[in-house]
Amino acid sequence: MLKTFRLGGIHPSDNKLSRTNAIEECGLPETVAIPLSQHIGAPAVACVKKGDKVLTGQIIATAAGFVSSNIHSSVSGTVVSVDNLPDEGGVRRPTVTIKVEGDEWMENIDRTDKIIKECNLGRKEILEKITAGGIVGMGGATFPTHVKLSIPPDKKADCLIINGVECEPYLTSDHRVMLERSEEFLVGVRILMKAIDVQKAYIGIEFNKRDAIDHLSDLTENTHDIDIVPLKVRYPQGGEKQLIDAIIKRQVSSGALPISVGAVVQNVSTTLAVYEAVQKNKPLIERVVTVTGKNVPVPANLMTRIGTPVSFIIDRCGGVAEDTGKIVNGGPMMGRAVANLDAGVTKGTSGILIFSEKESVRPVASICIKCAKCVSVCPMGLEPYLLYKLSVRNMLAETEENKVFDCIECGCCSYTCPAALPLLDRIRLSKAEVMRIIRERNLAKKV
Amino acid sequence: MNLLLFTVLTLCGLGILAAVILYFVANKFKVYEDPRIDEVEQMLPLANCGGCGFAGCRNFAESLVNNENIDDLFCPVGGGGMMKDIAGFLGKAAAEKEPQIAVVRCNGSCANRPKTNVYDGVDSCAVMASLYGGETGCTFGCLMKGDCAVSCDFDALYLDPETGLPVVDQEKCVACGACVKACPKNIIELRKRGPKERRVYVSCVNHDKGAVARKACKVACIACGKCAKICPFEAITVENNLAYIDFNKCKLCRKCVPECPTGAIWAVNFPTPKPKPESAPEEKTTEKEVKNETVVS
Repeated sequence: MLKTFRLGGIHPSDNKLSRTNAIEECGLPETVAIPLSQHIGAPAVACVKKGDKVLTGQIIATAAGFVSSNIHSSVSGTVVSVDNLPDEGGVRRPTVTIKVEGDEWMENIDRTDKIIKECNLGRKEILEKITAGGIVGMGGATFPTHVKLSIPPDKKADCLIINGVECEPYLTSDHRVMLERSEEFLVGVRILMKAIDVQKAYIGIEFNKRDAIDHLSDLTENTHDIDIVPLKVRYPQGGEKQLIDAIIKRQVSSGALPISVGAVVQNVSTTLAVYEAVQKNKPLIERVVTVTGKNVPVPANLMTRIGTPVSFIIDRCGGVAEDTGKIVNGGPMMGRAVANLDAGVTKGTSGILIFSEKESVRPVASICIKCAKCVSVCPMGLEPYLLYKLSVRNMLAETEENKVFDCIECGCCSYTCPAALPLLDRIRLSKAEVMRIIRERNLAKKV
Repeated sequence: MNLLLFTVLTLCGLGILAAVILYFVANKFKVYEDPRIDEVEQMLPLANCGGCGFAGCRNFAESLVNNENIDDLFCPVGGGGMMKDIAGFLGKAAAEKEPQIAVVRCNGSCANRPKTNVYDGVDSCAVMASLYGGETGCTFGCLMKGDCAVSCDFDALYLDPETGLPVVDQEKCVACGACVKACPKNIIELRKRGPKERRVYVSCVNHDKGAVARKACKVACIACGKCAKICPFEAITVENNLAYIDFNKCKLCRKCVPECPTGAIWAVNFPTPKPKPESAPEEKTTEKEVKNETVVS
């Protein structure tokens, strides 16, 4: 029987329209807009100014502190502006805009196709290269990878888990990476194992990607350090805690990090980026973006430079259809609608989804009949209907008692609610508020 | 007969015994409560709105009675007069505070601020603000979902169906500050009511650079600084691309009003001057004041 996590979960129709489309180059736009805050943590500080000439792969913003990340130019050309520009949601954030002129790369980046399997670097050097390369978690959370790999001295990791689940419907970017860049990906896995000093790695892949499971199993047939684990198709298996539960049957307690049970989880695209940063000196300047939707003439998996405008990518795939209702950045479950199509893709953009008007209509909400469907699907064992009620009444102390901060914002509750209540919207709001209060309380305790 | 007597006597005896026990227990565990708390509570508006920062009127009355210094305690609903009465009753000095009113600092109606996208999520400003920048090019302005109107206990705020913006009823507003807390964009501010309800303020909170702000909204403050230059009392400061009028320094001379190229400065409740057709800027002022009168009153 296939493994999966214990609690909750749903199975939406997976709609992986672009599963057979090979990764293509997206091409270079005229200008790129690279936001300086593409990760969780402090925004990076720009180190270029207007008029500067930059090369592809050149650093344009340096990390501000430990939980932050470097940002590199994804193209070569001239810096047009360093200014606050609207992001995908229309909110102005510091952004570097670069006019593309040719495609000249930094000299130290190895651009050959040769796969370098040997890695003789030590732990510290690997970490340094990952930090310098500005690598962040590319599954969507964009947590800086070097922070995740810097294990506190009192803890010890015993296994590495690679997240090849891609449980969000529609998205296929990780799937294609596992199929087409498998050798490099496996080298990346071994580099990560070295970085956290473990002897065992598991690659969790859902059973709807059988070709990837078979291909990677063939490649790792004669080795014992990497296990390919086929998983039952179930959302949100890609959540860190769910994946750990599914693969090694350990439960991360409320508020704790995966390292507390000895596991480190990394995404497939992140692993490939780690390979490129360590073996080829190539910083994180491009990623695979799935452009899909039932209305898209040519769904595709595009190798896209960071900062490429969303409108350019959509035009590349045949443009916006007449009856388009919504364009979503990310998967259909956790992604957010894009309000500004001129914004550039970021390190966390795994897909761009185009929904027709009919698909994007939000059903009218009625009242809760306490059917408890939301409780049965919540993968964190919360009571979404209760949190929703408390949130509407702004009862923050009670939402905290009911562990609102454990919510992973997967959206299973909203998906399953027969009354179409906006459960997650409200819960997310009070979660943010409760997290802020907890942070302030901890600060006050320290003082 | 005996049985009847016995029953009556036993019951009476038990009653007296219980009364004696209760008498001693009540004396032993007596909680002294200042009788003035009840009286002060009766003097308060009993709206339980939380505008004073306490859980309710009773709670506020307790701290009024128990605190030596009641300078930082103020009930915006009752106002200065009531606070003076209470202070006189308690023999303390009351803080003097000018009456205030909630002021909505955004004029981005649909006509002034074109929509760039459509929001179809939860009908709440707080949820909308947590998701993205808003339906227009201005990410600072009013989201028009009416969290402020929902938060108002005094029915003093409503959304104008024509402009979509909240309007404060100056008769009903008690300056409790509930709407100020409810607004995720910090548009609503408590300002001095002013003599005869006359007020001058910048009706914009956009911190974008002039060109960007103007493109998003016709009546945005573009931080040109003309108002700050002309103000004889140094009441206007332009900071972070936005002008702000300090209501403690402003003497309501209204020199800044015709100076503003976008009409972001509002003067409300001033009498409409007789039209003077000679000079153009004068005319502009007149027009605006007339408009404001209609909007506010």
